[in-house]
Amino acid sequence: MTDWLHHLLVLPVLLPLAVAAVLIPIDERDRTLKGAIGFASTLVVFIVAMILMRLAAAGDGSLPGDGVYQLGNWPAPFGIVLVLDRLSALMLCLASGLALAAQVYSMARWHTAGHHFHSLFQLLVAGLNGAFLTGDLFNLFVFFEMMLAASYGLLLHGSGPLRVKAGLHYVAINLAASSLFLIGVSLIYGATGTLNMADLAQRLATLAPESRRLVETGAAVLGVAFLVKAGMWPLSFWLPTAYAAATPPVAAVFAILTKVGIYVILRLHLLVFGTAAGASAGFGQDWLLAGGMLTIAFGTIGVLASQAMGRLAAYAVLVSSGTLLAAIGLGRPEMLAGALLYLVSSTLTIAAFFLLIELVERGRDAGADVLAVTMEAYGDFDEDEEEEEVGVAIPGTMAILGLCFCVCAILLSGLPPLSGFIAKFALLRGLFDLPEAKEASTISAADWIYVALLILSGLAAMIAMNRVGIRTFWASIEGTIPRVVVIEITPVAVLLAACVFLSFQAGPAMRYMQATADDLLAPLILSERVLSAPRAGGK
Amino acid sequence: MELILSAGIGALAASGIYLLLRPRTYQVVIGLSLLSYAVNLFIFSMGRLRVNAPPVLEPGGVGDLLRYTDPVPQALVLTAIVIGFAMTALFLVVLLVSRGFTGTDHVDGREPPRGD
Repeated sequence: MTDWLHHLLVLPVLLPLAVAAVLIPIDERDRTLKGAIGFASTLVVFIVAMILMRLAAAGDGSLPGDGVYQLGNWPAPFGIVLVLDRLSALMLCLASGLALAAQVYSMARWHTAGHHFHSLFQLLVAGLNGAFLTGDLFNLFVFFEMMLAASYGLLLHGSGPLRVKAGLHYVAINLAASSLFLIGVSLIYGATGTLNMADLAQRLATLAPESRRLVETGAAVLGVAFLVKAGMWPLSFWLPTAYAAATPPVAAVFAILTKVGIYVILRLHLLVFGTAAGASAGFGQDWLLAGGMLTIAFGTIGVLASQAMGRLAAYAVLVSSGTLLAAIGLGRPEMLAGALLYLVSSTLTIAAFFLLIELVERGRDAGADVLAVTMEAYGDFDEDEEEEEVGVAIPGTMAILGLCFCVCAILLSGLPPLSGFIAKFALLRGLFDLPEAKEASTISAADWIYVALLILSGLAAMIAMNRVGIRTFWASIEGTIPRVVVIEITPVAVLLAACVFLSFQAGPAMRYMQATADDLLAPLILSERVLSAPRAGGK
Repeated sequence: MELILSAGIGALAASGIYLLLRPRTYQVVIGLSLLSYAVNLFIFSMGRLRVNAPPVLEPGGVGDLLRYTDPVPQALVLTAIVIGFAMTALFLVVLLVSRGFTGTDHVDGREPPRGD
């Protein structure tokens, strides 16, 4: 009984990998079949992720094999292990849920835009899941590359000069970042002699001073590689163009790609440079804080300045990344649970928004954006003529799209009552809820700047979404009503419904996040668990 | 030997980064290749440089634990080489597609106003 449960740990990686291979020889004209197989695979992965999260949520001892899966039955420091804890279970769920929504959406029309969409998609899912599950640094590199290779293909899906240009830049910067990744990993290996994250955490406490410098250098180089992925400010100029150029279902899954960078930084930072790290504790925190804040500022300006909705969403990705990076950089344990909730909520919102944009823009002329800007600058030309039109009936499609847009706007700007607000509130509460003494003097200038940035970024999102929304839904210029298929609007609605659900179930969600944060803050317990896990067969 | 290797890695990395920052796509590809060679050598050197030492086991017997070369970085290099090759090939394809679409090999897909 527990035996097959144990193997569930490796399924989120193996199944999509196998399905991707199966899908390749199937003729491209059988798209429905390919889509159905891909959908079934993602659905199974999602269900498995849900089961794993339930098991992880139940707490210690309920996970099969203590959440450690030894590949090839080699014990921990020598072989590669997959490690499941609350955080990785959460990320698995989020990733596969997003993938499921994006895949359903793509089956309406976007998967016909190029070859091998579903294979690439499965490879992306496998890479993502692998990156979340692995407990080995070099294995992380392999899964990372797998994910990136699939993302290159997916970004280029649909072709066209714009996508190819964005793709060229995206591939180049990620290849350079991969080189940094390798340099960082090998430096860490050279200094500590291990690649296993759990082992690394234990060895770091008792490291010779001359090796410590090397490990810190390695971690910094490694960190830069992940910050490129997460889109921290000076490293993020590729992101808006690439995300805005990607086809909508691809952009929706890309919303989680930046979060992979954040996930790894969060995990490694707390595992390797947590309180147990001795002299290296809190290494690089100031950089994360400053970079995160600059990213929020950059993203906020970008959100205000964007004219196309695609770019607006891409800059919202940056704001979300910056908020999380700065929250990690502040190094307040109380903020972690809020940050995790924010991660989930913002990822779901942005993915839903990416999917929604294309539906909304379908009915608009290509020149509408330019015209809208001109009108804003010079005033409406025909303000008086439209007075007779009292109470024009809004078509049903537009009403549904408009409703979804409103929910997106509320979530993005963090207004009550939805989860965007709850997450931001939890972040701020963590910031001000100091354990020792609740005095104003213990709250530093950086904290205040963070608070200001967090609130201002919400305001900017509100303004930008208002402007775009009014132009699109109320004052659309000769817009035809977009033809929207049910399977296109359903994923958007489901993603937004998940956010609404998260708002109503904020209590249980926060309890889970708090337990996750507690796990993360006591990394040595996890690393004990990994290193002492028995081999299968009991020998 | 350490000096030669580190100078080699440095030269490769420097020329790789220089080419990576050039405006022509072909230069970028070559730059990325050079950079990945530098990185591969660097990973290799992280297992420390030893001459004439067996990887853990001597042929026909148990090795001396004080005298062996670390086999792990060599395995890592192999993986990195394979992935690097695949990515370079993929990048070449993107380069060709971009050339086909825009008719120029500039990384931005259009020539700067006055040639560089």
